[in-house]
Amino acid sequence: MCLSIPAKVIRIEGQIAEVSAGGSIFRAGIQFLENVHVGDYILLHTGFAIQKIDENEAMETLNLLREINDIVD
Amino acid sequence: MKYIDEYRDRELISLLIKRIRHEATGNYRFMEVCGGHTAAIRRFGIQSMIPENIALLSGPGCPVCVTGNLFIDKAITFSHFDDVIITTFGDLIRVPGSNSSLEKEKSKGYDIRIVFSGLDALDIAKTESNKKIVFPGIGFETTAPGTAATIKEAFSNGLDNYYVLSSHKIMPPAIEEVIKDGAAIHGFICPGHVAAITGSSIFDFISEKYHLSCVVSGFEPVDILQSILLLIRQVNTGCPGTEIEYSRAVTKEGNRKARMIIEEVFELCDEDWRGFGSISSSGLKIRDKYGQHDAEKRIPINVKPASDNDLCICNQILRGIKTPDNCALYKLKCSPESPVGACMVSEEGTCNIYFRYGSKN
Ligand code: SF4
Repeated sequence: MCLSIPAKVIRIEGQIAEVSAGGSIFRAGIQFLENVHVGDYILLHTGFAIQKIDENEAMETLNLLREINDIVD
Repeated sequence: MKYIDEYRDRELISLLIKRIRHEATGNYRFMEVCGGHTAAIRRFGIQSMIPENIALLSGPGCPVCVTGNLFIDKAITFSHFDDVIITTFGDLIRVPGSNSSLEKEKSKGYDIRIVFSGLDALDIAKTESNKKIVFPGIGFETTAPGTAATIKEAFSNGLDNYYVLSSHKIMPPAIEEVIKDGAAIHGFICPGHVAAITGSSIFDFISEKYHLSCVVSGFEPVDILQSILLLIRQVNTGCPGTEIEYSRAVTKEGNRKARMIIEEVFELCDEDWRGFGSISSSGLKIRDKYGQHDAEKRIPINVKPASDNDLCICNQILRGIKTPDNCALYKLKCSPESPVGACMVSEEGTCNIYFRYGSKN
């Protein structure tokens, strides 16, 4: 139950969003997020969006990982 | 799938394993605190990918597992009232209490319903206005904001038949107990989804007070391997600190709005943990302002002191002292189909995970 999954926001209505993850649609309370938009990815946990996923951070970490490991090898 | 497939990339995984092999020159013992990490480690076979001089131990971070029998006994007692409906997460329903489980009580005809979210419990409270809806709230900082939000909504909408039985807990005191126990650990793979709410700074005490390493990690193979590598580096250089591997979801400060709602609805209390007993200031109880939604305040019950199965060693497994293979009941009398202890019930429970994926993975 502690699982949180990345899900894409597809519709927003007030405090509730419709999100999609792994081909299924879920309802997510978005009251803990600021500036959430359709198309954003969030972490869904027991029916609530607990955090927005930071796309830039994600890209940067992956790129950095590749670079560092390439250099060493 | 976005934010999943990239972190299961074979090339990246083998690069990381190479680095780990190269840099792991000593012996290392790391604890993954969160049951979600234990599940990912076994499922992806991470223990078998890394050298044997790195031991991974599971910790007390499966909320269902650390829920004591007394809490289950209380939920069962509530379920016996004619006008009560229990709305619970699916994981909790199978956890054995002293004599029964919610699942067994449900099969006897008591009104116990599985919900995916506290929001579903609120919906039931709206439609079944002549019933009392009791929601057993379990989980760490990740789950507590959701429960707090339902309490606030019930409060402002005058939904007077919605009650929470709270056993929410916070993570740092249990980690501190593990350290004090002397489990001989060099560092912690810290729970990314707790930190998404709290911020990584709640784990600073691990390095500052105890000089142990800490990396806040995501849950995919690349995340976990990268976290292990960062931990090895902290140990090798003798410079422990709090690092964030899971930077796409975790900052130092966390989620301000979620932290504020926890603070508004709950206050700290001593809390009973399976495996540890009572840990001071480790639980979240509902503040008096919202007391009308506190199940224990509004529906008086009388519950006998709980009893545990003497042969189940869940308590030692949760503290990283033993593994499921050390339990006399493991696989013989205890399995996911008929669990004896809480660690066999949840998909994030160590015994359940070992049962499904084997102990060598
Ligand atoms: S195998 Fe079953 S009885 Fe043994 S420790 Fe695990 S949950 Fe308890």
